[in-house]
Parts: sequence; structure tokens; C-alpha cells
Amino acid sequence: MTMNLAATDLSKTPTAKESPVKIACTDVNLWYGDKHALKGITLDLKQNEVTALIGPSGCGKSTFLRCLNRMNDQIKGVRIEGSIMMGETDLLDPKLDVVNLRTHVGMVFQKPNPFPKSIYDNISYAPLMHGLVKKGSECDDLVEDSIKKAGLWDEVADRLDASGTGLSGGQQQRLCIARAIAVQPEVLLMDEPASALDPISTATIEDLIQELSDSYTIAIVTHNLQQAARVAGYTAFFYMGDLIEYDNTGQIFTNPGQKRTEDYITGRYG
Amino acid sequence: MDMTAEMTPERRAELDARVQRKLKKRYRAAKRFHFYCVGSLVLAISFLAFFFTDMISKGHSAFQQAHVQVDVDYAEKNLRFTKRAIAEDMHDIVSRGWLRDLRRVKKENPELVGTKAVAWALADDEVDQYLKGNKDLTGDDNTVEQKALAARIDALKADGKIKMKFNVGFFTNGDSKIPEMSGLWSAMVGSILVMVLTLLFSFPIGVMTAIYLEEFAPDNRLTQLIEININNLAAVPSILFGLLGLAIFINFFGVPRSSALAGGLTLGLMTLPVIIISTRAALRAVPDTIRQAAYGMGCTEWRTVRDHVLPLSMPGILTGTIIGIAQAMGETAPLLIIGMMAYIPEAPEGFLQAATVLPAQIFTWAGMPERAYVERTAAGILVLMSVLILMNASAVLLRKKFERRW
Repeated sequence: MTMNLAATDLSKTPTAKESPVKIACTDVNLWYGDKHALKGITLDLKQNEVTALIGPSGCGKSTFLRCLNRMNDQIKGVRIEGSIMMGETDLLDPKLDVVNLRTHVGMVFQKPNPFPKSIYDNISYAPLMHGLVKKGSECDDLVEDSIKKAGLWDEVADRLDASGTGLSGGQQQRLCIARAIAVQPEVLLMDEPASALDPISTATIEDLIQELSDSYTIAIVTHNLQQAARVAGYTAFFYMGDLIEYDNTGQIFTNPGQKRTEDYITGRYG
Repeated sequence: MDMTAEMTPERRAELDARVQRKLKKRYRAAKRFHFYCVGSLVLAISFLAFFFTDMISKGHSAFQQAHVQVDVDYAEKNLRFTKRAIAEDMHDIVSRGWLRDLRRVKKENPELVGTKAVAWALADDEVDQYLKGNKDLTGDDNTVEQKALAARIDALKADGKIKMKFNVGFFTNGDSKIPEMSGLWSAMVGSILVMVLTLLFSFPIGVMTAIYLEEFAPDNRLTQLIEININNLAAVPSILFGLLGLAIFINFFGVPRSSALAGGLTLGLMTLPVIIISTRAALRAVPDTIRQAAYGMGCTEWRTVRDHVLPLSMPGILTGTIIGIAQAMGETAPLLIIGMMAYIPEAPEGFLQAATVLPAQIFTWAGMPERAYVERTAAGILVLMSVLILMNASAVLLRKKFERRW
């Protein structure tokens, strides 16, 4: 990645508001078998803010993201210590019901992964499964509202029964976002949501993320530093499992406190 | 040549020449490889073509059967000693089996009793085979009686009193020691009963096992051992499954010998590893992104499998199952051990009655000396092959129809 500070257009960087803390992570350590992948991460995700997690490949940013909805549970040999408090709940509590957690913390993945079902069924599946809505008009309204919030309504309104996999890559990803917000989460996790998309679709997704941050707390992993600068109020720089620096985005990109952060965002390694 | 030298036109030319020389060789090798592949294909197809031509040329005549017109006297006393019902010179022309069945007239068509009528009777297998050109009755080696018989047959044929009809009995009769009376019915019923049981037994157990191993089981020594064993079982000679079935189902659980139940359980055991392996492959082909999407929105593992993974892998699972069942359908060796190579004239009426299956019937007929059984063997193979081709074609269609690209 080659980029220098001058090329980064920081005029669009959202200014960090003084928001309350939504998720407080304290001294989170994670091991894959013997590999110490996260080393004492302490950071607060601010409510209704976009927090970007940046860093070179393998630095632990995706791993950290997956701690927030316990997706790491699926991986064998993972051990996590520390605490991640959302309100009064410790998300790392082994007794925590992860199914319930995931209705509060939704996730959008790197590769658009709609179910090979109709657009309608893609959205309605989880709300119906969780019993959030009843079949019929209540469900129809939720589907429409979710798709509208994801900015996809005009494109799919007349073909809700068409297959979700028939959409373009960018549309699929917005469908996945609609699917995630249909469950009425408080937090949205996005793991490189635009890395598989073309520049125009990426721009659409970025605008959408900005809009969604009014209603949701968003954490986004990205390799695209401009993207972080464009969408995120806060940015955390991870390196080799350590959280090197965490501050509001303007600060990180214009006046990083750490040498390694500066080296990374100016493209000296990464 | 000095490979580190500066590039000059001469050096360029020399390098090109080298590449050219090598290139010719490479093209020749590619051509040779292509030729070997096409050759193998041609060879394989010609074997198959030879097999089919042979079977069709030997077997097609079994679908026709000679019938002879006779005057029948249905007098009451004749229906006990049925040879008296027809003229004496027809005794060696009409089938013994047909004459035997005249006894049933009293029960089935009581209005015929006491009358005289013309009927088309099934001809004796010797007559049938003579007319089909399979058996020579007029050659130098034949006896005078045989030559006289041939003359009478020719005369009847000239009068239009003998003709070939579609061999309905081949599909509606069970096995018989009278060649012209023997058919596939009881073997077909047996095969269907056995296949139903095989499917009922191996499909649910196989699919559930595969789901557990693929989606839920921890990856440890034990599951690895189980996996190796399952792969191994798929390659075990089928006759060993027969011995296992004999020991477990018949000797230990007391399942009746020769029964469709014993056959179905034994073949189910044999099909199990095939279904497990193909189901696991189908489950593995479902991309992980789908599972993550489901987990990410709060599906439990069980919901993820039921609502997303299983529906997507169903075509693959069904394809594997059909292929496994088709394999079981053509299986003979294990059934030999559990006594299904039996003489079954009447179709079984339940899962506990003695039964035989198509390949076993074919095997039995193949050992019979009469010429009529030879064509029945070939015809039986044709029937079995048609069923198998149908099953495999449906597997291919299923796969094509639901094929999904990610």
C-alpha cells in the first residue's frame, strides 16, 4: 500500500463527537492455540460512532472484531481473557447466550454472502426465527424498512421474490447489511465490507455506513486507509496483536502519537 | 553458449533456435498424450458397445414367446388330468406349465367347464427355441423324433397356428423350473422390497452420521479414526458384508434367512459408507460464508445446518444416495451368503418372506442348461441395466438441475 499523508483527503473525515461508551473492552487477550493473537487490547467503542480498525494483515483487527459477537467461538483452540462490557453484560462471559448476543450485535462480512433464497426471505429469515415479527404485514413492513435503510429499495422493490444471489456484488453487500439491521441490533460489525467491491459500489457502501452511524454503533475493519479516513470518527491501529494507537480519526491521520502508526499510514510498511 | 553474455542479434537467433527445437518435441509429446487419451476412450466405449450388442442380440428374443393354437376340451374330468384336454400330438408342442395351469380353470373361469374352445397356448421351450433359430432339430445329430417334431412345427406355422407374441409372462411370472414359464416378477418384487429397506436403513443413519462428523464433531483422534474406518468400509469387498449380515442380523437378531429384511439390512450396511462419504463431500461443498452468515445473525448450529447447509447440499446427498442404492441393487455376493440366491417361484408378500433379487435371479438362470434360460439371462441383464441407467441418469439430472456456482 503506497500512500502519503498529502494524498489522504481529510476534509471529509467525520469529526468525533463526545459520545457515551457503547462497548468497553478491557485487557482483552486472545490465543489461537499457542499463538498470542491479541495482547491486552483496551479500547472503548463510542455509541453511534464508526470506529475503524486498521493495521497490516494478521495484526489481529479481524480477530478483535469477532470477539465482539463471539464469532471466534466457532474456531477450535481459541482462548480469550479480559472483559468486553456492553452495558452491564460481559460479552466474554462463557455463560452468555451467544445466540441472544448476536441479535444485539450484527455482522457484515468481507464477501457478500446472501442466502441463496429470495431477497424477501434473506431479510425476513432471522427476524422470523427470533420471533421479532409475525408473518404477514408486520414482517413485510420490517423487510421494506430494512431494505430502505440499506438504500436498496429502489433497486429491488419490484423483485423481492428474486434470488438474493442474482444481485450485483454491491447490491448483495447492501442486502447483507439490510439483513443484519433487520434483526434490530445495537452494534454493527463490518469485516472489510467493501474490499470485494468496485469503487462505485464501495462509495455507496461508505455513504451508507455514515448514514447508519446515526442509529447504530459501528466497528469496521478495513485495509483501505482512505476509507477509514472517510467513514470513521475513531480509528484504532493494530500491529502484531497490539493496539498501538486509538484516537479520533483526524488525530491518527494528521498527528499520530506513535512512530509505527505514522509509518503505517504513510505506507512505509503494511 | 554464454548465458550471461550481452544480447546480440546472433545470440537472439541462437536462443530462438533452441526454443524452436524444444518446442517441436513438446508439441509431439502433447499430441502423443492426446492420442493415448482418445485411444483409451475408444477402447472403453468399444468394450461397452460389445457388451451391449452381445446382451441385446442374446436377450431380445426372450421378450417374444411362441404361442400355439390348440382345441381344448374343458370337460370336468380333463381338468384333473389336463393332458387329456388337448390332442395327443400336441403334447410335446404345448408347454407343460400351461397344461398344469389348466387345473385352475375350474376356479378362475367356471363358465368354461364342460365346453370346448380354441385357445392360444404357451408353446414348449423347445418349440420356442426352434422357431427362434436357437435350437436345431433337423440336423444330422438330431433323432428321428426331433426331426418329426420339427416337421410338425413347420406345418403348424404354415397354417398360422403358431405365432410369436410379446412375452408377458417374463414380467408377470416368478421363477420356474419350466423354462418357458419362468419370469422376473418375484425377483423384481424382491429387489424393490430390499431397496426400500436399504434406503430406509442407510439414508437417515448415513446422512445424520455425516452431519455429525462434518458439522458438529470435534476434530480429534477418535473422529479421525472413525473417518479412516468409514473410508475403509467403502472399499471392503461386499461379500464380507454378507458374512457380517449373516452373523449379526440372522444369527444374533434372528431375522429370517433369505428374507428381504435380511437383504435390506445387509445392503444398507454396505451402502452406509457410500452415503456418509458423499454426504460429507456435499456438506463440505457448502461455502463457509453461508455458515458464518447464519451464525452472525444468531442461528444455533442446528438451525444453521437445518435451514441453510442441508438444503444446499441436498442435491449432492441425493446424487450420492442414488448411486449407492444403484450399487446395492446390482450387488449379488453378500446376498449369496444370507441365502437370497434362492428358488422363489412366488413373489414375496412381505419383508419377512423368502425373496430373491434381480442379479441373484440372473445368476441362477446363468447356471441353467436349457437354451431358454440363456436368453432369459441376457434379457434379465437388459432389464437390470435399464433400471440402473435410469437411476444413474436421474442422479445426473438432479445434480445438473440443482448445480450451484459460488
